[in-house]
Amino acid sequence: MTSDELSRPIDVVSLYPNDMNIYGDWGNVLTIERRLTLYGFQPRVHAYNQGDAWPEHVDIILGGGGQDTGQEKISDDLFKRADTLRGLASQGVPMLMICGLYQLFGDYFDTVDGNRLPGIGILGVYTEGQEHRMIGNLTESSDQFGSIVGYENHSGQTFLRDGVQALGTVEHEGTGNNGVDHTEGARVGNVIGTYMHGSLLPKNPKISDFLIRTAVTSRYGEFKPTGNAEQRAQLEHIDAIATKAAKVVMTRPR
Amino acid sequence: MAHNDGIDGDDGQMGLQDNGTYRVPNRSSRTVDASMPPTSVNVSRGTGAVGAPLRSLVTVALGKAIRASLRLTRHGGSALPGKVVETFDPAFLARTLSSLPYGVVLVSGTNGKTTTTRMVASMLADLGLKVFTNPTGSNFTRGVVSALLTKVDMRGRLDADIAVLELDEAYAVRFVRQVRPRYALLLNVMRDQLDRFGEIDNTARLLGKVAQATDGTVVLNREDRRIRALASLVPQGSRVRYFGLSRELRSQFPSDDEMHAEDMAGVGPFGSLSVSSDATVLPDATREALGAVKADRAEQGADLCRKRQRGADVHADVVLTKSGPHHAGFTMDGTSFESDLRLDGLYNLYNAAAALATVRAVMDDAGMALRASMKQSASAVKRPEDCDADRVQNLDPRIMKALANVTPAFGRGETFDVGGVPVQLLLVKNPMGFRMSLASFPPQGCSTMIAINDDYADGRDMSWLWDVDFASLRRTGVEQVTGVRAWDMALRLEYDQVQVANVETDLPEALRGFLAAEPDKPKHVYCTYTAMLAIRAQLGKYADVPDAGVGR
Repeated sequence: MTSDELSRPIDVVSLYPNDMNIYGDWGNVLTIERRLTLYGFQPRVHAYNQGDAWPEHVDIILGGGGQDTGQEKISDDLFKRADTLRGLASQGVPMLMICGLYQLFGDYFDTVDGNRLPGIGILGVYTEGQEHRMIGNLTESSDQFGSIVGYENHSGQTFLRDGVQALGTVEHEGTGNNGVDHTEGARVGNVIGTYMHGSLLPKNPKISDFLIRTAVTSRYGEFKPTGNAEQRAQLEHIDAIATKAAKVVMTRPR
Repeated sequence: MAHNDGIDGDDGQMGLQDNGTYRVPNRSSRTVDASMPPTSVNVSRGTGAVGAPLRSLVTVALGKAIRASLRLTRHGGSALPGKVVETFDPAFLARTLSSLPYGVVLVSGTNGKTTTTRMVASMLADLGLKVFTNPTGSNFTRGVVSALLTKVDMRGRLDADIAVLELDEAYAVRFVRQVRPRYALLLNVMRDQLDRFGEIDNTARLLGKVAQATDGTVVLNREDRRIRALASLVPQGSRVRYFGLSRELRSQFPSDDEMHAEDMAGVGPFGSLSVSSDATVLPDATREALGAVKADRAEQGADLCRKRQRGADVHADVVLTKSGPHHAGFTMDGTSFESDLRLDGLYNLYNAAAALATVRAVMDDAGMALRASMKQSASAVKRPEDCDADRVQNLDPRIMKALANVTPAFGRGETFDVGGVPVQLLLVKNPMGFRMSLASFPPQGCSTMIAINDDYADGRDMSWLWDVDFASLRRTGVEQVTGVRAWDMALRLEYDQVQVANVETDLPEALRGFLAAEPDKPKHVYCTYTAMLAIRAQLGKYADVPDAGVGR
């Protein structure tokens, strides 16, 4: 047995945390890290910023939202890593991209000023800037994850290409990807893009566990938690609180 | 007040959408004459277009009448008089404030506005100036207009030497389109309620417009790179002064950018979680394996520290050098001062450095103006008591004395006596403010309550809680979590492995339980804005709580 098989590391990449972390996106990294530990795995978090060496092993990639300046700063580097990222996506590596990186994982983002920010085309979506911002608490429905709660804050309208699956559907016009077609987020293979933050993963443990299961199964052939009784109790406790927090979100105004 | 005011998302010119009843003022017609020299003290009262005095009469009568009728119908805190006056007489604000001999001090930034405005106003008053300031929480232009209406006489004249006004970033821009401040104190730019302002760089741009419009002295935070950069926007003829931190204290005040970088350097929520020296958290093998990660992170942190050093090359007028419980040390122009203060907490003490720098700028101008006026034997200038030119040279000790008299602002470190036990209210609005509060008030020996609401004034988006490192509460745990978003807060604490004894969304019930549990222990209550108002009101049942003069 190798040492890896004993300690069962899982390599988590936090993508551009210095520039793309504006909406509490750290909460997503923390959630994956903590839950992996409680499941009996050893999380290894790699903060990848522009110019850094790409980690040797990658099991999960998490990316967040940024300001316009943040998007510009990382753009060059993102294109340098585009082939790597596309390769990992096609191998089924689970990824979660929120807001700004969701847009840059699409085909392009046409800003209000008439500039086109190209994306790396992993998610078959494109985004058009508009003056109006879509802001507020949001609940969406997903076949796989049930109700997903979060908070959206974006001015870009994102549209899905034919055949691209949304992460979920939203009830009200003026919310979600573009305010028009009642979709929110996108899902291509194991890559999820979404405008939902708040943070997303702590409040939606089903999505967290999807990312973790997919990563672990891919690396170790099966998902077999080895957490002890105390760790299992802790997870249950955390999830009970998450359920209560999610219920409150659903009752709050935009 | 209307809480649905949104941003209009244009190039940073954030006007409010007031249901179409109010147009954004035409810039050229409302801007106060920019030719007013910054140090001039000989501004005649009641300047304005022909007919303005008459208009003032009508405006003031109208505003006061509305206010009086609102009082009768018990709408004490309403901004309605301000709204009506803004519509009826849009030049009222500029006309009234332009009559002040020492002009306007505008205080803005993400964190510390209220505390710092209070300090500046209180110190200037102590030094003999008659100060007009806007009451806590009314940091919108309309609030200023409403406050002015209560203070002007029937002819619309304001009996004051100087105005010290707190304005939030978006309203500060609207304000400077109407009134050019003589002094601007720009504190910091941090991620605040992003659902309101959009982005941090955008917020910096808003403050840039304030710097551009200031015709006397702009006081800037040397340790905040976005604020420091605003120096380049200050117009020719205006001066720039800085306040800063000593090298030793700088490490305790991470900037917004560094907040996350330092997480990665192993001192934040993830660093301390992953690389904890607490053997019960993770097995040895795990910690060893994570050591390499920690080294990478530390290097990133060091890189940022080096970047930060560059700011230290800029000379700061006032430097905070020492911070202890109710005690602080400052260097002002190379001379060291130490004093006991009624203020507490590292963070408030840095605000005190900002206030000192601003007060010194005002008093320097006041001294110069006085000397000039004495030469000309001009009697038009109202002489501030104790402010004769001979003593201006030796002002700093008196300014320090004035600082020692400042009390904490409403809900910002206010302490109440509940059955002989101190209960301290600590307002938290954003991640940096929360972090600084946690660092300023060690939890050992105290019990802690956290109250999180999500009304508009609190910020609807709860994401910010995930940017706060709560590891410092791990040892003591948290006795009580409450507020509308109590479960969000409890979840946040769970992920930082902080034990939570009770979660109760009903705030009065939670407060009752919190005060009853461990009745002999001093208490810290971290609360968002509306939670603070509610707790303050509830505390009246248990303690002597002065009326803060703001609505619920």
